Amino acid sequence: MSEHEYVPKSKAAKWFNDRLPLLTLGAHLTDYPTPKNLNYWWTFGGILTFCLITQIVTGIVLAMHYVAHADLAFASVEHIMRDVNYGWLIRYIHSNGASMFFLAVYIHIFRSLFYGSYKSPREVIWIIGLMIYLLMMAAAFMGYVLPWGQMSFWGATVITNLFSAIPLVGDSITTWLWGAYSVDNPTLNRFFSLHYLIPFLILGLVVLHIWALHVPGNNNPVGIDIKKPSKDTVPFHPYITIKDAFALLVFMIIFAGFVFFTPNVLGHSDNYIPANPLVTPAHIVPEWYLLPFYAILRSVPDKLGGVILMFGAIFILFVLPWLDTSKVRSAVFRPIYRQFYWIFVFNVLMLGYVGAMPAEGIYLVLARVGTIYYFAHFIIVMPVVGLLEKTDPVPMSISEPVLTGGAEPSLARKINDKV
Amino acid sequence: MIKFNTKLFFILTFLLLISLRPLQSAEMVDPIKVDWSFKGLTGTFDRASLQRGFQVYKEVCASCHSMQYLSYRNLGEPGGPEFSEQEVKAIAASFEIEDGPDSQGEMFTRPGKPSDKFKSPYPNTQAATAANGGAYPPDMSVLVKARKGGANYIYSVLVGYEDPPPGVTLDDGVYYNKYMAGNKIKMPNNLMDGLVEYADGTESTVDQMAKDVTTFLAWAAEPELEERHRTGVKVIIYLVLLTTLVYLSMRKIWSRVDTEV
Repeated sequence: MSEHEYVPKSKAAKWFNDRLPLLTLGAHLTDYPTPKNLNYWWTFGGILTFCLITQIVTGIVLAMHYVAHADLAFASVEHIMRDVNYGWLIRYIHSNGASMFFLAVYIHIFRSLFYGSYKSPREVIWIIGLMIYLLMMAAAFMGYVLPWGQMSFWGATVITNLFSAIPLVGDSITTWLWGAYSVDNPTLNRFFSLHYLIPFLILGLVVLHIWALHVPGNNNPVGIDIKKPSKDTVPFHPYITIKDAFALLVFMIIFAGFVFFTPNVLGHSDNYIPANPLVTPAHIVPEWYLLPFYAILRSVPDKLGGVILMFGAIFILFVLPWLDTSKVRSAVFRPIYRQFYWIFVFNVLMLGYVGAMPAEGIYLVLARVGTIYYFAHFIIVMPVVGLLEKTDPVPMSISEPVLTGGAEPSLARKINDKV
Repeated sequence: MIKFNTKLFFILTFLLLISLRPLQSAEMVDPIKVDWSFKGLTGTFDRASLQRGFQVYKEVCASCHSMQYLSYRNLGEPGGPEFSEQEVKAIAASFEIEDGPDSQGEMFTRPGKPSDKFKSPYPNTQAATAANGGAYPPDMSVLVKARKGGANYIYSVLVGYEDPPPGVTLDDGVYYNKYMAGNKIKMPNNLMDGLVEYADGTESTVDQMAKDVTTFLAWAAEPELEERHRTGVKVIIYLVLLTTLVYLSMRKIWSRVDTEV
C-alpha cells in the first residue's frame, strides 16, 4: 500500500505483523499524508462512514423487533415505537439517518464535481463511489417500503412498475420482482431481505473506495498534484482525524435536532396510514433525496423514455471523467465552468422541487427544461467549456498559492501536462 | 463568453418558484394554528387536558373509532394522562374483553386488564365500514401523525363544521366541513356544548372538547414526546460542549501547521 517502512516494536507484534500486516495497515492509515489545505467540504467522507455504521447498528436492532409480513409490519413498527425500550429513538435515528446519509452524500458528490476529484487519476474512486450511491438508493427505497404504510406500498408500486416499460419481457420481469401479481407480502419479504443485505455490500465498496483513494491520495481545493509527504501535507492522524471529528460533531448536532425535535418532518404523513391496495394517495411522492430523478422520470410523456432518462441521469455520471475535457481540476481556477457549476446545482435543486409537485402545468414545463439542462450540462457544457475556457493561473504548490509574476493560463496548463 | 450574474439568477428564479407555491394548495383552507403546550423544543402535554381528552374519546369517539395500538396501561405511564394505578385498573375493568380459547376451546369474555389493548368498537375494518355508511372511521392511534397539519388539522376539522354554501348539495350522510380536503366529510358533527360532563368541572364547550381530545390524540400518536424533548435538550447540550472542546483541541493541534483550519 505505501512505500513507507514500518517496524513493530515488540517481538509478538512483529510475529503477528509478518503473518498479517494489520499493524502496517494501521500505521499507513495514521501516517497517510493528506493535503494540509483540505477544507470542510472534505470532512464528509468521515461523516458518511459514521452514517453507514449508524444505519447498520440501528438497523440490526430494529430487525430484531420488526416483522416482515404484510399484515403485521405496520403493527410491529408501532410496537417498536411504543413498547420496545428506546425503540422510538432507534427508529427515528434510522429513518432520519437515511436522510442525513443522503444529505452528506450529495454534499460529498457536489464537492467532487466542484474540485474535479473525479478526474484522472481518480476515476476508479469516482466510479466505486457512484456504485455506492446506487446501492444507497436501492437500500433507501426498500427501507421506505418496510413500514408498510400508504407511501411504502404505492411508492413500491410506482417504482417496480417502471420495469414493466421494458419491451417484450417487462411484465414478466415485474411479476418476478413482485413474487406475485401485485406488490404484496412476497414483495415485502424480499425487500426486507435485500434491505438487510445491501448495507454490507456498501461497506465492502467503502473499503474499496478508501483503498482506491489511498493509491493517488486526496485531491485538494487547489486541485494540483502534490509531493507526498512534503510541506504541503500533514499526517492523517491527528490533523485530519480531529478536524473530521469536529465536523462530525457539528453534523451530529443537526442530526440530533431532527431526531429529537422534528422526527417526522422529512417523511410523508401518509406513511402513518396502513397500506391499502384499494385506496391510492392523492400524490405519490418518493423521499426527498429521490425527487430530482422522479422529476426527470415524469417529465417524459413516454414511460420507457422516462425510465431510460431517469437511469441515464445516474449512469451518465459514470462517464463524467471522460466528458470533462478540462486540464485543470479545480473549479477555483475555471471562471466559466464555475458559473455553469452553480447553475447545475440550482437546476438539480429545482428538479427536486418540481418532483414534489404535481406533474402538471408550469411544473411539467420546469421539469422538462430542467431535464434537458441536466443532460446538456454533461454532454455539451462539460466537453465544450473544458476545451474553450481560459483558466486562471494555477499555483505550483499548496504552500505557494499565488504564482509570482502573474503567470499565464498556458503555464497552468503546462503544470498540469506534467502531471 | 457568456457572463452570468449567478447570484441574481438564483434569487430571481427562487422567488419565481416560491410565488408559484400558492397555486398548488388553493383548494384547501389552512388549518387553524393553535398554541399547543406540546409544541416547541421543551413542549409537554397538559396533564388535565389529556385526562379530559381521554374522557371525550371514551364517551364520544370510541363508539366508532378504534385505537388498537394503545394499551390501558399507557394511560398511567409517565408523559401521558398519568392516571393513577387504581384509575387505570378501573378504566380497563370497565371494558369486557374477549379472551381465549379456554381449556374447552371456547372463547370467553372477562373484565379488561391494564395490559389489554384498547377495545375496538368493531370486530374488523369491514364491519366498521359497513356500519358507517361506507366510510371507515380511521384508527386513531397515529392519526395526528398521519395527517398533514397534525394536531392543528384534527382540531380544525372538529370545529370546522358549517352549513354548506349556496350551490353545494350534499348527499345523505355527508357533511360540510371547512377544513376537510374537498370539504365533504362522512363523520357527523358529534361535538355540542355540554356533551360531556368533565370530572374536573371544566366547562365542556365544543372548542374545549376539541382541544382536549386533540391533545389526547397527539399524545396517543407520540407517547414518547416528553421524553424525546427532554433527552433531546440534554443530547444537544452535551454535543455542543463536546464540539467546543474538540474545536479548541483542533485549533491547538493545527497551530503547529501554517494553515488555517
